[in-house]
Amino acid sequence: MNKPESLQAVKQRRDGVLTALVDSIPYIKFMNISFDRRGDELTAIMQFEHKLIGNPTIPAIHGGATASFLETAALIELAWQRAWTAMEDDKLDADDVTAAGYLRLPKTIDFTVDYLRSGLPRDCYARARVNRSGRRYASVHVEAWQDNRARLFAQATGHFLMPRLDTVG
Amino acid sequence: MTEEELRQRVAVAKKFMGALPFCHALDMRIDEAGISEAVMSMPYDPQIVGDPETGVVHGGAVSALMDTCCGFAVNLHPECVGATATIDLRMDYMRPARPEERIFAKAHVYKATRTVAFVRAIAYEDDPENPVATATGAFVFNKSSKAGKDKSADKSGAAA
Repeated sequence: MNKPESLQAVKQRRDGVLTALVDSIPYIKFMNISFDRRGDELTAIMQFEHKLIGNPTIPAIHGGATASFLETAALIELAWQRAWTAMEDDKLDADDVTAAGYLRLPKTIDFTVDYLRSGLPRDCYARARVNRSGRRYASVHVEAWQDNRARLFAQATGHFLMPRLDTVG
Repeated sequence: MTEEELRQRVAVAKKFMGALPFCHALDMRIDEAGISEAVMSMPYDPQIVGDPETGVVHGGAVSALMDTCCGFAVNLHPECVGATATIDLRMDYMRPARPEERIFAKAHVYKATRTVAFVRAIAYEDDPENPVATATGAFVFNKSSKAGKDKSADKSGAAA
């Protein structure tokens, strides 16, 4: 009989897969975006930096930076959910994320951002919810806030084209 | 708007653009400025790649360029007073941008009410007829009171 996997091994695999996914994309590093994981739930974090400012008189985070943050949160959530399912089915390990084509991100078809209030010079948080995920198309909603979870500063909805995975095993 | 007024407006807007840290980070530049319309561009940079396999620029960077260009076009509207901000922006991505190439955005305000400017933009490498992406957005707009008077004059003209 197989011994149940140690907590550490499970954590290591999950964190490894997430890191592999996130670290492969240069723009995520450029934007200083990271992901906090609690089980399968991801929170995207964009650490405030001076270069994110769009309007220096207020000062406020550039709308393009906000859009980039929300789109990244949506893309990673989609890729992560697929990877998660594969991990739970024992089909995926951190070492073979690349091989299985999990790093191939979905492609954005369209993305609509609502700017609810100006982004202050503080860290930003976002969570994405996949409302529908078919074999080819997915629809995702993202919410972003700063100090107060209930006071969103932006939200977005987008449609994505899912990449084909190379069949494993 | 006279040519002199347009030149002044462009100069002010250019100075403002140059002071935006995020535009500076993406190395954006203004290529053309006209009444209610603008062309801006940014160079290819490995740092803004979204797909490492193909070297294609991240959609977020393209949308940042289009958003900025839309805001600039709003500033170039003859009746625009004060600052603008994006209310909402929808991006449609038609195809991946070609790696190593400069990306342009062209925006124009197609309607401005007293409070809202409606703007469209396209992004492309060399041919606006073959867009990488398009955008449609609503922006905060303050119409000059002088324009309001003109409008009432128009109305009385129409009634007469």
